[in-house]
This record gives sequence, C-alpha cells and structure tokens, in this order.
Amino acid sequence: MTDHETVVGLEVHVELKTRSKIFCSCPTTFGAPPNAHICEVCAGLPGALPRLNKKVLDYAIMTALALNCEVTRESRFDRKNYFYPDLPKGYQISQLYAPIGRNGFLTIDLPLEKIIRIHELHMEDDAGKLIHEGSSNRTKIDFSRCGVPLLEIVTEPDFRSSEEVVAFLTRLRTMLRFIGVSDCKMQEGSLRVDVNLSVRARGDEALGTRTEMKNLSSFRAVSKAIEYESSRQWEIVSNGGTIERETRRWDEEKEQSFSMRKKEDAAEYKYFTEPDIPEILVTEKKIDEIRSILPELPKEKCRRYIEKMHLPPYDAGILSASRETAELFEKTAEICGDPKEASNWIMGDLMKLLNDTGTLPEDMKIRQDSLGKIILMVKSGKISRAAGKEILRASFLEDAVPEEYADEHDLWLISDPKILEDAVARVLKENEKALTEYLSGKTKNFQFLLGQAMRLTRGKADPGALRTALETALSRKKDEA
Amino acid sequence: MEKEKILNLTALELAKAIREQKVTSEEAVTAVFEKIDKNECNVHAYLSFWREEALDLARKCDEMVSESQDISALPPLLGVPVAVKDNLLLCGKKTTCGSKMLEEYIPPFSATCVEKLQKAGAVIIGKTNMDEFGMGASTEHSYFGATRHPMDPQRVPGGSSGGSSAAVAYGAAFASLGTDTGGSIRQPASFSGLVGLRPTYGSVSRHGLVAFASSMDVCGPITRGTADAAALFNIVNGRDPKDQTSISAPKVDISEMENYSVKGKLIGVPKQLQNEGSSGKVLREAMAFFTENGATVEEIDMPVLDFSVAIYYILSSAEASANLSRYDGIRYGYRASDVADVSELYTKTRSEGFGKEVKRRILLGNYVLSSEHFNDCFRQAERARDMVKEAFSDAFSKYDLLLSPVAPGAAPLLGEIDKDPLSSYIADLCTVPASLAGIPAISVPFGKDEETGLPVGIQLMGPAFGEQEILGASRFLEKRSGFYTGKEKGVEA
Repeated sequence: MTDHETVVGLEVHVELKTRSKIFCSCPTTFGAPPNAHICEVCAGLPGALPRLNKKVLDYAIMTALALNCEVTRESRFDRKNYFYPDLPKGYQISQLYAPIGRNGFLTIDLPLEKIIRIHELHMEDDAGKLIHEGSSNRTKIDFSRCGVPLLEIVTEPDFRSSEEVVAFLTRLRTMLRFIGVSDCKMQEGSLRVDVNLSVRARGDEALGTRTEMKNLSSFRAVSKAIEYESSRQWEIVSNGGTIERETRRWDEEKEQSFSMRKKEDAAEYKYFTEPDIPEILVTEKKIDEIRSILPELPKEKCRRYIEKMHLPPYDAGILSASRETAELFEKTAEICGDPKEASNWIMGDLMKLLNDTGTLPEDMKIRQDSLGKIILMVKSGKISRAAGKEILRASFLEDAVPEEYADEHDLWLISDPKILEDAVARVLKENEKALTEYLSGKTKNFQFLLGQAMRLTRGKADPGALRTALETALSRKKDEA
Repeated sequence: MEKEKILNLTALELAKAIREQKVTSEEAVTAVFEKIDKNECNVHAYLSFWREEALDLARKCDEMVSESQDISALPPLLGVPVAVKDNLLLCGKKTTCGSKMLEEYIPPFSATCVEKLQKAGAVIIGKTNMDEFGMGASTEHSYFGATRHPMDPQRVPGGSSGGSSAAVAYGAAFASLGTDTGGSIRQPASFSGLVGLRPTYGSVSRHGLVAFASSMDVCGPITRGTADAAALFNIVNGRDPKDQTSISAPKVDISEMENYSVKGKLIGVPKQLQNEGSSGKVLREAMAFFTENGATVEEIDMPVLDFSVAIYYILSSAEASANLSRYDGIRYGYRASDVADVSELYTKTRSEGFGKEVKRRILLGNYVLSSEHFNDCFRQAERARDMVKEAFSDAFSKYDLLLSPVAPGAAPLLGEIDKDPLSSYIADLCTVPASLAGIPAISVPFGKDEETGLPVGIQLMGPAFGEQEILGASRFLEKRSGFYTGKEKGVEA
C-alpha cells in the first residue's frame, strides 16, 4: 500500500465506422492517398455548409444506450474555434452545451465489479493530418481525415490504477466493436485515449491538480504513462512542489512524458452554437427503434451461452469476449447443431491458429459458415477429423471454402457401399489364408483384413462404413462355409 | 424596340417581350452593355462581367424562343440580363466578396440560388460590388473601390448590396440578387428607388452564399417593382438538401398578389422604429395612405427593439469571427509572404487580407465570445434575440403587417459613414429587427427626400413565410402611390 492515490479520468475519441463523413458525402476510407477524399464541405471552401450524416447520429445514440447514458432529446452542435493548419474551417464542429449522451456508466471486473461513470458522449468532426518532412523542413497537409466522424467519450475521474483504466478500455473497445460503430484500432487512430491524471495523499478528499496526457498509441502505452505520470507527480508533491495544469505528450520510446503546453497558453475556444445545423430532436420512437436493433452485448451473450447453450463458464467467457469469436461460435453452433462441439473446435484448434499466427480475432478472415460445415463433414463421416483440422487451417489462412478444398485435395472419405464392398471382396480374394484362419476362429485377423481394405482405398474409406462392409462380407462367408 | 425603351422595362416585362419576339435577348444584353460602357466608370456597380459569354447565351435564348412551339412553357426569365452579388458563388467565375482575401478566388461550384436563376433562363452578366464580406451599409468598404449612387455620384448607394442595387437602378441589369444580413438588400433598394425583398430566413438556400452571419444571412432580389421581386423569390426559394437550415416555403400566388387590398387590414407601426428625419415623414405619409385605403394603422410598443442594434452587432460579429476563420492563407485566397512560421502566416495574412471594417467585426466577435464577456455579451444577446422573436410573434398574432422606415433618410454622402462607425451601426435600427427574428421584410419606394430629391422607401414586415402578405401590400402600395419603380431611373446619359 503506497501513501498516495492516483486519480484518473479519460477522454476517449472513437472514429465511427460510417461509410461517409459526418458533414459531407466523402468516403471515410483509411489509408487513401493524401487529399483523395475531400470536397468543398470538409475542405472548408467559402459558401459550403455542413449537413449531418444521419448514420452518425444513429451510431452516437446506439453508443449512448450501450453506455447506459441519458440520450439528450434536444441536442445541438457548437463551434470550437481555434487556428491550426489541419483545421480548414478554423473551427471544429463539436458539442459542448447539449451533448448527445450524459450520465452513463460501464462496469469493469477486476475481479470485483466496479462502476465507471460516463460524464458525457458527444459527436464531432476530425481534423486533417500534418506530415512533417524533416529533410526539407516543410510540412504537408492531408485533409482527407477532415470530417471523419468522431465520438468523444468523457469519463468521471473514477479510476484509481492503470489496471482499472486498461480493463475499462478493453471493455469499451469490445463493446463498441460489438455494436459495430467503430473498429477501435489504436494503431490507425480510430481509438485515441487522453489521460487526465492527478495524485493525492491517501485519505484526502480533494482532487489534486491534473495534467492531460496525449499521444498514447496502445493500451500498454496508456498503462506505462499512468505509472510514470503518477510517480512524477507524487515526487513533486511529496517534495513540497506544486503540479502545473498542463498538457503533456507521451514519448513511447523514451517511456517518459514531456510538457506540450501550459494552461496559460491554452487556447480560448470561444464556443457558440453552430448556426448551420438545426437543433437535433431525438424522439422516444427513435430511441426505441435504435434500442431494438442494439446487438446483444458481451455480458448478455456470456450468460446465454452458459444458461441456454450449456457451455462451461470459462468457454462462454472467452467466446463472448470478442464480436468475431462470438459471431463465429453462434453461426457454427447453428450450422452443426452442437454448441459444445462448436466451442471445442474454436477453443482448441482455432485459438491455436490465432495464437500461432499472432492474429487478433477482428482480423480473422475465416468465413462465418466454414467451421460449421467442417464439423458437419467430420460428424457425418465424410472426412476424417485430421482432414477437418487441415481444412480449418486452410480456411483460416487462405480463406478456403471447405467443400472446394476437400475436392481439390481429395480429402473426401469413401462411403459408397458399392466401392467399399468391391474393395472388401478384393481383399478377401487376395488374402485367402487370412480369411480361412479368421473363419476358423482367428478373430484378430479382422484387424488385418480391415487394414488391407483401408490400404486398398489409400486410406480414404470412411472407417465405420468400411468396417460394416467387412463385417457383412465376413458373416456372409461364415454362412457359406 | 428602341434601346432606352428596352432598358425601361421590368424583368418580367422584358421576359414577356422576348418570348413574344418583340425584342431579342441579344438586343437586351447589348443595350445593357452599352449602358455599362457609358456609365459603369462613374458608378462602379460591377466587380466583373462577361460580355461575349453573355451575348452567346442571349443568342441561345433567342434560338430557344424562335424554335419554341409553346412560349408559355419557356423558362420565366428566359434571356433577361441579371446581376449577382459577389458573395454568391458562380462556378468558374471569380467570387471576391469585395475582399483582397479572395481577389483571385474562383469557386468550383455555384450557389443554389444562382443555379436556380440560370435554370429560370436568366442571363447572368456579372458579379456586383459589395462591402467586404457584406459588412457595411455603403459599399465603400470594398477592397476594389466604392460604388457610387447612380443618381448622385457624391453619394453612396447603400449596402452591402450596393452594386446589385446600383446596377439595376442605372440600367446595367434588369434585376439582381443581393444578400441581406442586417439590411443589405432593403437599405440600398430604398436609396435607389427599387424594391428589395429579404425573404424569411431559410426559405432560400444559403448553399454557395459566402457566410457572414449564418443565422441571419438570406439571399433575395433587388428589382424594379414588386412583381419582379415576387417572380425572383418564387424562382430562388425552396428546400435545399445542401443547406439543412433551408425550409420548403410556399410560392407566392401572383394573381392573389395582384388582387391584394389593404382594406380591413390591421397594420402596426413599432414606436421604437420611428424617427424625425425624412424617412419618418415618408412613414407618416405611408400610414396616411394605408388609412385612406381602408386599413387600420396603429402604433405598437415593442420595447425590446430598442436593443436591436446591440443584439445584432454582438451576434452577427460573433458568427462572422468564426465564419471568417477559414481565410488563413493555407489553402486558397491571399497569403502573406516573408513569414517565419505558421503563426506569423496567420497574423500577416489576415492583417493584410482583410479591410478595416472586417477586422473591426472580427475583433468585436472575439471580444463578445471571450470567456470574460461571453455571459454578459453573447449569452445575453442570444436571450434578447429570443425576446425580439417573441415580440414579433406577439405582434403578428394581432397585426397583419408591421410598417416602418428602412433607414433614417436618403443615401448619405461618400465618406460620411467612416467618420463615425457607431452612428452608422445605429442607422441599421429599422432593418435589423427582421433579421434577428428571421421574418420577411420588403423595402418599397414611397417618397423622396426633400433636400436631395433622392428616393426613400418604407419597410413592410410580415410573419415568417408571410411573403404573400408583404408582397401583396407592397404591390398595392406601388400601384396606387405613383412611385412605380423602374420608370424613374437616374444617371441619364
């Protein structure tokens, strides 16, 4: 137990996965050539007006509901004014006075349940990107990201450790991906986290002066930055110093933070109501509509897997932890009609593939119906279990279609009785001695004959069907004898 | 038809004459450009025009007429030369907003209202001068030099749509589009003996109107008479998906407008908007006229209107300060040279690119939005604006129309306004209330200033979407007043 307590609140920016931008119809595609996706609206030409993308509003309401927020019935946009070369209009269109969601919460388990309160949730447009060319001392501007829709989620200062923060971010990320509003890829900037942190002596009520930390590009960086900033501040405070209200930048390589700007030079944003966008009226009907299409969230899924599908809690927890594994599991169970078998394949073979290749569930390429088909093929004896594993591997790595792959690689087992009977007949004919011995009581020769028959089909026979064919042939011989 | 006779027509009269092949569009365009050649150097109504292109288009219009089987199916303004204020975008043509900042700016798209005008067959011949970004009431605050009053070159034409009104007044266009934030259509129309309509906020799309104060900017016509104003309003209005604040407004019924009578109407005259000057005298004449024609005219007390000018300048400057932030020298427009860093690029570009009045408004806007003054200035003004809206909606629950002067008097002398910016702001007293309330208002000629002999108009205000009412009353007034505009133009040869 240390003598100080760390208090953290988060500002999380999430890029919404809509096809077009928040105020124009330009595509939101990531990684396009610089300035490929701009128009008069997002590039801030004179005379252009914003027009709100309805999908952005739907996604924002959906997120607000998933985060247990009150949805603001009369919401508005505001202009946040500041000059920066990546900001074409000279203001960001954001929400200050009437954000779309307020007073929500999300719980984390560590393992005890803790409630993290959500202060607010608002919509805004993203800015462009500056590309500094060190060699020529020039800066280029890519405006393509201008107008990409963002949700900003602001928590209350409810975190007391980096573990809590990471647990929250993990759950938030899973949830946003589950409801399908965002990819939440930190590397691509579709999930950005700013950490507001202060320290105080354990037992103190009043909050200390906080700093804001930016440029955190992974959960690991978030965690490291919190540890670093907490001890940096406590060292100052415990030596009688005072913390300055400032924005700091995390340097991932040096694993240190550096002051970016002091509060005194912080811009005055001169917020006022955006006159170009009318007030947004959210009706009860609209909220009900969105609530009804809100997908089942991880917690509810986990419970259903245990109670209705009779999975062990451990399996249910893992399968419901990501949207992709949950969807694959549900589809697979539906196709093969056997949740336990579906779970076994995913928990065993598929998880191994993910681990071996270092693939995240969201990057998984496997077709939704592949595994279900594979399990059916194995269960019905059309392919061997080993062949099933091979096909799963190919489906996972190369997006193979199970039936086609089985065709191409000749993996089908022979279960045609005619072919199997012929094979058995030929074996009995070629192995008269073994047959005679068998008929006179040397029953272990059965295995030998079965092996010969299997060899004759080059291992392709359905073992069960072949056994049946041999048994039938032998009992007939017995009767003849 | 003789050239002078052509130039005396209204836009609708000319359109009819062209359809009936009594005159060609080519003749009309030629007559207009001859007028421009003769007088434009004294007036300076235009910032740019395109003679050959206009003549080509005019000849195409004439072909359409001669090939038409049914002239009633032709577009309503086919072949009529019109002018457009230089803050309305016309794709591929310079749009400067009267500013050095946009001296070379060529827009890649057109304003919706301009496109609608083109679809209605109008031949747009040029872009007209204006106070920089619409900020001003004299058209002296143009980087490209002042426009002069067409009837008295020592005087200003009013503004900010002074180029649009001057062009129509001296025969350099048959009608024009202006924009009105705090009176920029109505006041210059009043000074030049024209009709100027500020439509209901949102009834005309702002897409392609370079923003000054977004919550008040409206595009509207400046014309020779009410019938033209109604026709142009019907052409440019309508809901536009590119402007979410636009609303589908009812079209004006022209025959209803022609048959309108003030008899039995209840007309209110806000006490707060009256004055002792020449426009006060014209107002009293108008009150007498309405009474004689069977209307009941009453004085009405609207105390909140005393604060209109303050509310208007606080809110419009705040919005302008944000709207003009995009002129930063980064992507288009003027860019200062010899700068050390981005911060200097901004300050130098904006210091050099904007004129005095624009900088004054940006400073004012930043002041009222600063955290120190936000609550006592901006918030307070927003609340007061709501009170103005309420005052009008109360008034219109009783009165059919409100009547007031447009400006204190006739057109002032050049340079007079710059001597005292505050009193020029106060001169907007009568026009800014309708801007704050978003209601339609029309300026219609109704008298003359005795001292200068220059025209003076009166203002009619109606409830939101009450264009039918104010245009009807305006038409009634103009038919009986004898001030039938368009026949009385200045700058003769």
